[in-house]
Amino acid sequence: MDWQSFSLSLQLALVTLALLLPLSIPAAYWLATTQRGIKPWVEGLIALPLVLPPTVIGFYLLIVLGRQSWLGQAYEQLFGQPLVFSFSGLVLASIIFNIPFAVQPIQRAFEAIPLEVREAGQCCGLGFWQRFLRIDLPLSWPGMLSAAVITFAHTLGEFGVVLMVGGNIPGETKTVAISIYDRTQAFDLAGANAMSLLLLAISLTTIVVSYGLVGRMMNARRPV
Amino acid sequence: MSLELVLHNQGPDLDLHATLPAGRITALLGPSGCGKTSILRAIAGLLHPKHARIRMHGEVWSDSDMRRFVPTRLRPIGFVPQQYGLFPHLTALGNVMMSLRHLSATQRSVSAQAFLDQVHIGELADRYPRALSGGQRQRLALARAIAREPQLLLLDEPFSAVDRTTKRLLYVEIKRLHEQLGLTTVLVTHDLDEAAQLASHLCLIDQGRLLQAGPTREVLARPCCESAARLLDIPNIFEGRLDNTGAEGSQVLAWGPHRLKVDQRFNVAGPFRWGIQPGNVLMVRDDKPWGDHLENPVACRIVEHVELGAELLVWLTPDALPNETLQMRLPARALQRHPLQPGQHMTVCLRRNDLLLFRDEAPGTGGRAA
Repeated sequence: MDWQSFSLSLQLALVTLALLLPLSIPAAYWLATTQRGIKPWVEGLIALPLVLPPTVIGFYLLIVLGRQSWLGQAYEQLFGQPLVFSFSGLVLASIIFNIPFAVQPIQRAFEAIPLEVREAGQCCGLGFWQRFLRIDLPLSWPGMLSAAVITFAHTLGEFGVVLMVGGNIPGETKTVAISIYDRTQAFDLAGANAMSLLLLAISLTTIVVSYGLVGRMMNARRPV
Repeated sequence: MSLELVLHNQGPDLDLHATLPAGRITALLGPSGCGKTSILRAIAGLLHPKHARIRMHGEVWSDSDMRRFVPTRLRPIGFVPQQYGLFPHLTALGNVMMSLRHLSATQRSVSAQAFLDQVHIGELADRYPRALSGGQRQRLALARAIAREPQLLLLDEPFSAVDRTTKRLLYVEIKRLHEQLGLTTVLVTHDLDEAAQLASHLCLIDQGRLLQAGPTREVLARPCCESAARLLDIPNIFEGRLDNTGAEGSQVLAWGPHRLKVDQRFNVAGPFRWGIQPGNVLMVRDDKPWGDHLENPVACRIVEHVELGAELLVWLTPDALPNETLQMRLPARALQRHPLQPGQHMTVCLRRNDLLLFRDEAPGTGGRAA
């Protein structure tokens, strides 16, 4: 069992979640409430990681974050190390390929709040933030929980993009999925199996627990 | 002291100029999709018409010329939407407390409980909306709306989701609350009976235009145009001809060979649409010596009659106008005293007072009604 890779994957999933979720909430709210013509374009852009092969995303991320790019150079000047093949680069890539998994469930949750309920908040004299905190947020909790679980589980098991952007540096970019691949290549099937089983158990438990919770929360918040 | 409305918009189409009286229940009556709810939403500030001027008791809420718009949350309104818009994650008490954010937490709870008691669901304070019946939800929405102590109460078809018995109980509740609070209330409905029972003032709306407004009884008795008459479910609408050939220059309405005396006087002569309420088509008893006292008699033949509860609907064809059908409404018990048979001949009287002469156009476009 490669605990180092496993720990790195957990760190990556948690950091991605901590950074992506707060950004996804306003984006999802905007998408759920806007009538602007640009909305389908933004939605399409956000959904791209769902349809593009991970290697394609990884390739373009390598180009954009690489040492030849202005972003890569700026990062290297600031922090003294390249963005690609580092944990930071991995986090950035992970955030990008997880955007649809985080934004879409929250957007659907906001969209499920009936207009009458939102407007009732205005008629009760509540300002924007009061409405957001007291109506929108409590009613969209299940969507947020769902987004968090899917993002977490997806990051934990992501392989293609991580390999392209992070490579295979133990303790820095070698996640559990890459470790499983390594073990399999080295015919260490017992090692690969142990890690795969652990990943499977964690993913399944997280999803089952969250689906149960989300279902119960959704029932309690279903509009009347 | 009133609610003044000038609304012009495209999609949803609105073209309305009206003044609604203060302290009364005004019903906006019209078919589904005619723009009633849009008017209510514009009053609440939830819809931004292209051009709007809304003033409540002289205070400007919207004025596109002055570029003034008071946001919904600052308007002293209570709004009960069609599906109530209750907050599903809050108890009944929590729902009402949401309208009382300006009070301290303790005061909020006490006050919210008092409003729930006022609408007779005080014992359900801890229940969530999903655990309430349709009528209880409606009462909760009402409690939440009046909790802000609004100047204006807006009710958007609030009885559409409840059964008949509950509906009647809620009518009583609304009337009782209105008597207690004296709130200016605007009720949107497509139900003529509901409007007649609850509202003292009636606005007829069609395609975003105001057809007619006024005291309910007056509007119900004398629709001003054909569209208003159709909205009020008056089936007897015919084509006639106004002539200035009556006695002493008075006008008469020629309907086929019939020359009907009329009360209203118009500056025009020529083809004219007219109508009469089925309840005002009066059966003439042959055994009475009417002489010349009979107003506008029309000889007819009974085509069909149908008993609907306590009412009897009779369809008649005037002998001289076989292509026209006149509907008469009688109390069902009349059938016991005067048995009617299809094919039977009878005379009906169309009193001049009851004849409704329709102007060509409704006064809706920029029309002012109070």
